[in-house]
Amino acid sequence: MKSRRFVLTFSPEATGEPITYNLIRKFDIMVNIVKADVTPGKIGHLVMEMTAPAKVLKDGMEYMKQQDVECVPIDRTITYKEDLCVHCGACSAVCFAGALTMNHSTAELSFEPEKCVVCELCLTACPLRLFSIDLG
Amino acid sequence: MSRKRTIEEINEKIRSGRAVVLTAEQVSAMGRESSPAEVAEKVDVVTTGTFGPMCSSGIFINFGHTNPPMRMERITLNNVPAYAGIAAVDAYLGATETALPHDQYGGAHVIEELIAGKDVLLQATAKGTDCYPLTEVKTLINKETVNEMTMFNPRNAYQNYNVAVNSTSKMKYTYMGTLLPSFGNATFSTSGELSPLLNDPEMRTIGIGTRIFFGGTTGYVAWHGTQFNTGKPANEHGVPIGNSATLALIGDVKKMSTRFIRAAYYEKYGVSIFVGVGIPIPVLDEDIARRVMIRNSQIETNIIDYGSPGHEVLGRADYHSLFSGEITLNGKKIRTAPLSSVRVARDIAAILKDEIAAGRFMLSAPVELFEKTSGLNSLEVRL
Repeated sequence: MKSRRFVLTFSPEATGEPITYNLIRKFDIMVNIVKADVTPGKIGHLVMEMTAPAKVLKDGMEYMKQQDVECVPIDRTITYKEDLCVHCGACSAVCFAGALTMNHSTAELSFEPEKCVVCELCLTACPLRLFSIDLG
Repeated sequence: MSRKRTIEEINEKIRSGRAVVLTAEQVSAMGRESSPAEVAEKVDVVTTGTFGPMCSSGIFINFGHTNPPMRMERITLNNVPAYAGIAAVDAYLGATETALPHDQYGGAHVIEELIAGKDVLLQATAKGTDCYPLTEVKTLINKETVNEMTMFNPRNAYQNYNVAVNSTSKMKYTYMGTLLPSFGNATFSTSGELSPLLNDPEMRTIGIGTRIFFGGTTGYVAWHGTQFNTGKPANEHGVPIGNSATLALIGDVKKMSTRFIRAAYYEKYGVSIFVGVGIPIPVLDEDIARRVMIRNSQIETNIIDYGSPGHEVLGRADYHSLFSGEITLNGKKIRTAPLSSVRVARDIAAILKDEIAAGRFMLSAPVELFEKTSGLNSLEVRL
């Protein structure tokens, strides 16, 4: 079994297809949706983790390609210099995935890498420039 | 009616180690179960703190004279221009000045490096005069080689500030951080109930000469800040809504710490500087006690659309909601994020509390209090 994260981009025409349903039912892929922003008639994005044997994952990706859904694996990760952080919170303002949040009681920044969709907005939002991309 | 105290009486208690000192957060919590009269009876001093980006900051430096001497007319420090239109080897380095074309590095970064004790490249030119014949110099300076390094910040410690949102369909890059389109987020920048001027909103104890915590050392309130405006409407708790009063601050850069002075760069906006400020509030009477008991839920500010050209006011939010991570505007929930560090503001208030309790930091009575103002002039373009 193999788990990988992907960013799926739906063209306006593709959003009518039950893509996720088919990935589960037809391909037996375990799907965990991390972030969804899909509206009929508009370009949509879905960030999800897919778990299946490598061959099945490959077939699933081929199916999505046929349905005009762009499927890009997320292999990069975001890291930051925690020791230099002043916990101002500017990065949490742009983190729509909810990976960077402020803890109200401790007033400290919390980073949950498993929620990160590597949108890279925090790289420029941090006034101290503490974030960087780890290419793995 | 509770007893009134003078600053001298409080200082006497500090000297003898008997002063009761609380941070603004502690006294806010105490205020839930105590009346202003009880707080005034029990508490002598309340310490505040803030650590946010404060663009209107900079330092005066005297480099010392070369031999032969020089009247420096054009100066850069690590390629960042410093203002040289004052005496021979004096300069003012503004925090937001940048080293073009590298506009992500600026005066704030040079200031942080100087505080850290690093060498900085000084380059200066001059036409040369009979009394100052040298025309060019290129050398390294640091905080040990220069004479004075004095931070003088014309506008710090804003009393309250706006919440920023963006109504447009495009990302907006502002001094209030990156604003996501279609009200995707809301940013704000004060330490709320910890903030100095929100704990003494009418500035009864803060004025010219007030001794403060400034950048990691002792500093002073030099003057009222620029854009000082006491004419803003206040809510029922007596707190001005939106940005109002400000302070001009002065202190010795050589004694400052990079823990409390940090350079910042806001994407597609420019360089700024995080400045750590803490002001002790003497609890002189019941009225001051009532003020320092203020809680985040009682402090409000305006929500401003930074996407509209006129920065339209869209609504109002209180700091309890803002710190909770979500506000509601016209029925829509918006994620909030601070830009000012409450984490470091708490550290400042705690350090100041410990210093006062240990008798190492005495309170000073203001030499003069600030005059009230009725509003600000705007710049009319007349040509």
